Amino acid sequence: MIIRFLEQVGAYFILLRKVFSRPEKPYVYYKQTMHEMVFLGLNSVGIISIISFFMGAVITLQTAYNTENPIYPTYLIGLGCRDSILLEFSSTITGLILAGKVGSSIASEIGTMRVTEQIDALETMGVNSASYLILPKIIATLLFNPVLTLISISVGIVGGWIAGTSAGVITSQDYIYGIQYAFIPYYVTYAIIKTLFFAFIIATVSAYHGYRIQGGSLEVGQASTKAVVHSSILILLFNVILTQLLLS
Amino acid sequence: MIRVENLNKAFNGKPVLSDISVTFEAGMTNLIIGRSGSGKTVLLKSVVGLHEIDNGEIWYDEKLFNRLEFNEKKEIRKKIGMLFQGSALFDSRTVEENVRFPLDMFTDQSLEEKTERVNFCLDRVNIKNANKLFPSEISGGMKKRVAIARAIALNPLYLFCDEPNSGLDPLTAILIDELIKEITEEYSMTTIVNTHDMNSVMKIGEKIVFLSDGVKCWEGSNKEILDSDCSALNDFVFANALAKQLRKSLK
Repeated sequence: MIIRFLEQVGAYFILLRKVFSRPEKPYVYYKQTMHEMVFLGLNSVGIISIISFFMGAVITLQTAYNTENPIYPTYLIGLGCRDSILLEFSSTITGLILAGKVGSSIASEIGTMRVTEQIDALETMGVNSASYLILPKIIATLLFNPVLTLISISVGIVGGWIAGTSAGVITSQDYIYGIQYAFIPYYVTYAIIKTLFFAFIIATVSAYHGYRIQGGSLEVGQASTKAVVHSSILILLFNVILTQLLLS
Repeated sequence: MIRVENLNKAFNGKPVLSDISVTFEAGMTNLIIGRSGSGKTVLLKSVVGLHEIDNGEIWYDEKLFNRLEFNEKKEIRKKIGMLFQGSALFDSRTVEENVRFPLDMFTDQSLEEKTERVNFCLDRVNIKNANKLFPSEISGGMKKRVAIARAIALNPLYLFCDEPNSGLDPLTAILIDELIKEITEEYSMTTIVNTHDMNSVMKIGEKIVFLSDGVKCWEGSNKEILDSDCSALNDFVFANALAKQLRKSLK
């Protein structure tokens, strides 16, 4: 089992070496990257916004119900909501959601291309298929996922404000004061750094599983599942490592 | 010309091709025939370089292809056109974009020049008014023709076709065969076609290699195939009822 694991890790890094070789035609790669930014990034704005909105709302309500004590000023609800979203939810939860949505899409797209011989067709033409197919996806996710995280932070905070004021657990003034209180700008940097790592994991691990498929449609499904599971586990692992490194 | 010498290939220790030596002539339609599982596709993909061979030599004219560095191989691959069994058109690209793809990747032509070349290639394979359609919107026969158009876009010296007639009706299959033969002669290409369709064998098989269980059993032309004394080949050639009846009546 250990040998198999090491083989997989080795194959992953060999694939990465192939991916990061010099592009044949930068213009073609640029066009492909723009396409991937729309497909993998822009198309995820909706789901990220919806989830972040409700996430912010629930965090606010739970913080409010768990701090029902006259000692605590109510603006702490806003502060709690802001810090929870900034430090953890927007980067990690967004990462996990994107591992499901984007990761499975990347694995199944590349996997289908493998089983229908489209990758063989690229190789026969002399195109570096790994680089052509995977590099634009990596660049697109690295560029767009931080934008998604910023959207998630903003929408989450707005969600908390709407839920908190609608439920009457906090006034609008207190919430706005709370989200500005003791603000540490580095937390945004921290969230973006985590997002960049997670984006790289999602794109490369999913592409690796899709690229190495052998078989047919059944294997495409299996690769898609593996892509989501392995990306999610790595995201959680790197979440711990990065938190220790960046906040200690 | 492509020359294969003593080629061996095994998967997980199981031999699939054993000691294959054959020369595929330029300007000629070379056919690899054999039953399903005889190693035709593995031979074709090995010659193209999609499978690493265990030992042997593959020569493209004067270049020993299987020993070349990645970039040198890439230069030869630019001269290769390949038609895959399932066409292997890029699903997310239109017919026009599929044919233009090799031009985008390997030429510095302007968009007008590329469009002109795309239209010429599509016209050559008799595809009309389908430039903006996606592969999912065209028939199997059209897909094969678009794949041929893409394969010839860069004026290749070598054309490989893996079961070009699979899944096609007999009339469309004949059209595809004729097209491959015409293009081969027109551009003096070295064409290798993988097939188990006897119609293709008799119509375009200028040079035929018969594989059985990964071994080359017979080599000749369509004029010689009916008189062969290779029993495995005879079983293959006269497998269907019509051929058996014809053979009986001739005897």
